Amino acid sequence: MLKKDIGLATLVVTVGAIVAMVNPRFLSPINLANTANLIGLFGLFSIAEAFVIVTAGIELSIGSVIALLGVIFVDLIASFGVPWPMALAVVLALSIFIGLLHGWLITRLKLQPFVVTLCGLLIYRGVARFYTKDGTAGFTFGSDFPMLDFLVSGRTAGVPHSVVAFGLVAIVAWFLLHRTVFGRHLFAVGKNVEAARYSGINTDRVIIQAYVLCAFLTGISAVFFAMYTRSVQPSSHGNFYELYGIAAAVLGGFSLRGGEGSIVGVVLGVILLQILQNLVNLLGIPSSLNFAVMGSVILAGVIADTQFSRYREVRRQQIAMSALQDSEHR
Amino acid sequence: MPEVRDKQISLGLSGITKVYPGAIALNKVSLDIRSGEVVGLIGENGAGKSTLMKILGGAIAPDEGRIVIDGDVVTALTPARAGKLGISFVHQELNPFSNLDVTANVLLGREIRKGILGFLDRASMENKVRPILDLLGTRFGPKDPVSELSLADQQLLEIARALSINVRLLILDEPTSSLTISETRRLLEVIRKLRDDGVAVLFITHRLAEIVEVADRVVALRDGRNAGELSRNQIDKDTMVRMMIGRDVSKFYEKANHAPGRPVLEIKALRTRAYPHQTVDLCLRAGEITCLAGLVGAGRTELARAIFGIDRVEGGSMEMDGKALAGDSVPDAIAAGICLVPEDRKAEGLFLDFEIMENIAMPSHAALARRGFVDLDAVTRLAEASRKKLQIKASGLNRAVAELSGGNQQKVVLAKWLAMNPKLIIMDEPTRGIDVGAKAEVYHLMQELAGQGVALLVISSDMEEVIGVSDRVAVMCRGRISGILSRAELTEESILRLAVG
Repeated sequence: MLKKDIGLATLVVTVGAIVAMVNPRFLSPINLANTANLIGLFGLFSIAEAFVIVTAGIELSIGSVIALLGVIFVDLIASFGVPWPMALAVVLALSIFIGLLHGWLITRLKLQPFVVTLCGLLIYRGVARFYTKDGTAGFTFGSDFPMLDFLVSGRTAGVPHSVVAFGLVAIVAWFLLHRTVFGRHLFAVGKNVEAARYSGINTDRVIIQAYVLCAFLTGISAVFFAMYTRSVQPSSHGNFYELYGIAAAVLGGFSLRGGEGSIVGVVLGVILLQILQNLVNLLGIPSSLNFAVMGSVILAGVIADTQFSRYREVRRQQIAMSALQDSEHR
Repeated sequence: MPEVRDKQISLGLSGITKVYPGAIALNKVSLDIRSGEVVGLIGENGAGKSTLMKILGGAIAPDEGRIVIDGDVVTALTPARAGKLGISFVHQELNPFSNLDVTANVLLGREIRKGILGFLDRASMENKVRPILDLLGTRFGPKDPVSELSLADQQLLEIARALSINVRLLILDEPTSSLTISETRRLLEVIRKLRDDGVAVLFITHRLAEIVEVADRVVALRDGRNAGELSRNQIDKDTMVRMMIGRDVSKFYEKANHAPGRPVLEIKALRTRAYPHQTVDLCLRAGEITCLAGLVGAGRTELARAIFGIDRVEGGSMEMDGKALAGDSVPDAIAAGICLVPEDRKAEGLFLDFEIMENIAMPSHAALARRGFVDLDAVTRLAEASRKKLQIKASGLNRAVAELSGGNQQKVVLAKWLAMNPKLIIMDEPTRGIDVGAKAEVYHLMQELAGQGVALLVISSDMEEVIGVSDRVAVMCRGRISGILSRAELTEESILRLAVG
């Protein structure tokens, strides 16, 4: 675990403790389970975002993809009577296609990630709204998918399955980013794409893989969200989620310049952001201030981080200087 | 701006100490310089020259020591203050604003304005810049866009910028590293002229011949300490080398005689992107060191990039060990046994923020891995072996490469390729900006590799190096190979004649 991660973990525990002290309801099983459920849901696409950010890229279309794929998933089942495993396969195939498309535009046509995914944000949202004629895609009354419901929205021993999925994805992501050659290549491409090319890394392929991985996780996330809300309102479903993912990654130590960050960090980032949301509700802060609280904490976190690293630098300098003087006196 | 041009300058540094975590950059260093003298500052990489220079420019503050300028103790020297005092820099690393033209670059931040609205007075600005360019004898004019200037011209632009203030002390850091011979001569003349005008010049270079030619006094640094001083009549190459490295380099260029073996890479009618209408034919043999000489911009780096698969080739064919090499993929080139030590090691060769170990293992990760998982033990063993073999000086293999000196950084680049057991190593300016000691080690390594049957293609603009290390020299001129010289035919003149075409 990096020093940064330990700092962030401390912050999470501190904020949690403060909220619990002010309002003991924070620790009630119902509140904990609900917060955990949200952490799981928001965590899936935050990890997705992290894989793109580490390559010095960005993915702005996550919210719109969640809306579009959510609409398609619900509609396939509700209107076309497609069995849900089929619908799931279609949605995941589409998500892979979206990732390939973004990666292709960025590497082959040399478009900037920001521009490509900004256009994605607009296009997918528009298509989703057009598809439902600006209505809501929902399951018909009384329809029931016990298996799917159990898998996606169910609980085992009180633990929401979204949290289980998030945990599994986080573990796999940790190995992938921190222990595999692919992970090393992701960091390398993000830090210095030229040097990566000169080291024989197929940089285009690595970047495309990052966008595909991101889109695939977003696809899974879309299904979880669709089953969570049970109906998808395409004009608002998933709004701002990409920014939420970026915020979690940045809080977790990912640099938007690429080549830095850890999965532990982004997981903690997601947890912190959800606790903050919870804090707004439990402490009776007007919910309109929600975003303002989130923004302030992120800003404070980033400022603290840069200040700490500056302080560490100064300390190292002093230690080195005194070591020199010691050696001279001897 | 205060007129200080006619005022004499005297600058004294004493007891300057600067410490970085893990390294003492400067340890009680002293340096004096006065108007009307050229002082050569020499030292290996990591000896502390750059740090000393940064302190003079006010970019960093020393931890201890005194800076006395014109008799006054200067406590807080900032870049702005240094500029006001007439201290001007020519940096080794070029970073001009390529979106602007020459005039705008030279007078950046000191633009001449007119009228109440403060519009730029282009005419006056160009009139101010033109005589400086004339003095330097540049090929470009005040209106030329900087994006079209060659590396050498950019270097001259940097010098023009330094001269555009009322300079009393001019500090040049490796100003000739990308200049051709004639441009270098021109620059040395300018330096002499400035000295005669009463400017103090501090000249930092690894090219000792230039010091011999132009310096009135030489100050040497070694391991962050003063390592001696020579006055005009004492200056000679061997003494300077001894001062810099603290021992004799008796056999700087060792030349073992290898019999060239089988052909490794055969290039036929290759056309590169830079010169699509010229073809290159070249055969590189096992155990042979082929130097690629030529002027800057002759297409040597482009040829290397084409062989390595960085740039797509425009035509022709390549055969590596008898098998066709498409030349459009770096992974293919590496798989065929080719590797490239690039010209710009910071941008292309290294991940500066990453650990030394990580840099060394980068191309080998896939080969060392078990089912896609990084084998940390194998990576550590590899890095440890590389450190021993190449004598990389670092406090730990988990330190960032950025903390290393230039020579050690270059060794890390070499280490990452040696781990791949290449059959052909292309080195693009392998000793640029690295110190004498590391240079000698790189030369030794070249001979060792050639002895093991590796083919080497060495691109170099350093004549002494070309003549010293090569088994034969291919000279390039405007995209084609204008001649190949055997060892017996090698002289500076013969190379130069082919280089200018």
